[in-house]
Amino acid sequence: MATDSRSSPSTASSPHRRGRIPAGFVVLAALGVALVALPLLGLVLRTPWSRIVEILTSETALTALRLSLVVATTAAAISFVLGFSLAWVLVRSTFPGKTLVRAVVVLPLVMPPVVAGVGLLAAFGRRNGILGSWLYEWFGIQLTFTTGAAVLAATFVSFPLAVLALEAGLRGLDERLEDAATTLGASRWYVLRWVTLPLMAPQIAAALVLSWARALGEFGATITFAGNLQGRTQTLPLAVFEQLQSDTDAAFAVSMLLILLAFAVILSLRGRFLR
Amino acid sequence: MTLDVDISAARGAFQIRAAFEAVPGQTVALLGPNGSGKSTLVATIAGLLPPVRGTIELGGMMLDDAEGGSHMPPERRPIGVMFQDLLLFPHLSAIDNVAFPIRARGGARSDARERAADLLGRLGVGARAEARPRDLSGGEAQRVALARALIAEPALLLLDEPLSALDVGARVRIRELVRGELARFPGVRIIVTHDPVEASTLCDRLVLVEEGRVTQIGSPEEIRTAPRSRYAADMVGLNSFRGRLEPLEDGAGLLVTDEGSVVAAWPEGSDGGEAMGLLRPADVTLSLQSPAGSARNVFRGQVTSIAVEGDRARVRLATAPPLVAEVTLSSVQRLGLRDGVIVWASFKAVEVQVLPL
Repeated sequence: MATDSRSSPSTASSPHRRGRIPAGFVVLAALGVALVALPLLGLVLRTPWSRIVEILTSETALTALRLSLVVATTAAAISFVLGFSLAWVLVRSTFPGKTLVRAVVVLPLVMPPVVAGVGLLAAFGRRNGILGSWLYEWFGIQLTFTTGAAVLAATFVSFPLAVLALEAGLRGLDERLEDAATTLGASRWYVLRWVTLPLMAPQIAAALVLSWARALGEFGATITFAGNLQGRTQTLPLAVFEQLQSDTDAAFAVSMLLILLAFAVILSLRGRFLR
Repeated sequence: MTLDVDISAARGAFQIRAAFEAVPGQTVALLGPNGSGKSTLVATIAGLLPPVRGTIELGGMMLDDAEGGSHMPPERRPIGVMFQDLLLFPHLSAIDNVAFPIRARGGARSDARERAADLLGRLGVGARAEARPRDLSGGEAQRVALARALIAEPALLLLDEPLSALDVGARVRIRELVRGELARFPGVRIIVTHDPVEASTLCDRLVLVEEGRVTQIGSPEEIRTAPRSRYAADMVGLNSFRGRLEPLEDGAGLLVTDEGSVVAAWPEGSDGGEAMGLLRPADVTLSLQSPAGSARNVFRGQVTSIAVEGDRARVRLATAPPLVAEVTLSSVQRLGLRDGVIVWASFKAVEVQVLPL
């Protein structure tokens, strides 16, 4: 891809540097690649290509796909709106405990998703959740085992990615351009719409794509907090998990679909945003 | 539509205190060395930095009144600012940059683009209308930024270092362009600059800013005749010696500065004290041997720089006090002057003009 074609002339111009790479590194590097490539290869080989159309157009797969797209897109949108506001606060203000806030917000990145699910239960569960029990008693709203719960779980894990990308974008923005815009007669909203957001376009796209991809692949928090109910909370990864026990061909086919989606995300990021 | 500024402003630890007036039809230069507080002043007038104290008034409209607690936000001020770094919007084409102020104030897109195209044409960059700022040359970007500051027909035009980013060739052309646009602009015109040449060629009135203070206000001629600071004198190209004037036995005076002493004719009616001595660089004579003439001021020192202007050269000397001499190019050749050469500089006491402070 773009990076490869740019780096090849420089390695060609310094052949001695290429010759110096220790053999041990080459072996270990190959092992690393194999670690990632072998499962992929396995998936490609085990995918029932002759049945793939039939499987992916089945009721179960289509329902899961539709639900996955709704959940991931909603989660990415929520992550963007909340993440943009939070990034703004983190970059453009100082307040005590800012470091702590940032640490808490990025925690889901390294937290086991099943723990996230347990946490979500503790917060929004109908019987014991600190907010959930209250919601149920006063409004009769039950979040667990609904599509809303799947969205909440997906948002929980994708939000930090959006915040990090948007924070980087806002930090790299030349604020003087916004100042210049106000002296040219632009209101705060006009500046936001026509200066700030367009200038952050690459990071906004990165935030949306990354959080969408992360939400699409979410499994642990969803199954813990939202359950595995077809048509309501059974997204593609949950469908794969269930099919693995009944119809392995279907599991491989749906996995291949998820791989292709992930691959598309990587391609879009490398080509345009990560440079 | 007079601009009346009388403020104190602070940015970080830096403080500036300034009071001056600017009337329509006149171009005022805020002239001062880098770091003197000019850009803080620009931010304050533009409304980006509310003053700590004082008022800014434009044609009877109160823009800032720190004591009264009023501050008009920048987007409502009738001010067109061209920033030192231009700050063109990188994601918009030249024409959309220029149309921005009209669009931001609710103007229709087609009308805004039409007016922007006209103005870009007048400023000689009509052909570059669709180019992005990163594809513009320095001179083109400057023209686009000027158009953007002008298009909404502000009451006050504020140009911050309009020529500083340009190479020499472009600078001459853009200076002429700026001069033309200033002449046809009916409102208050302010140019912020650290370049005395820029100030005296474009402006009618100079406001000297040094270390966060206005040190002198006047026409270039007034400041040339009676500069009140070293910077003011340097700016108009005179040697200046600021110090204490003490009487000598023969009736002359000795001006004692921190960097050396100069003999000067005693000014009539003066009783000594703080004074400023001025000396035209052309009155300084250079020689390779100790001069034989009657000059009472003789100094020896190294040449630190030679700047050629036309058929004359300004030679800077590391004497005590430091001097600038203006000599002909043939003298430069005859004396073999170049950086590092040691020369004698001499001038007569009567040629030092002493102004009591």
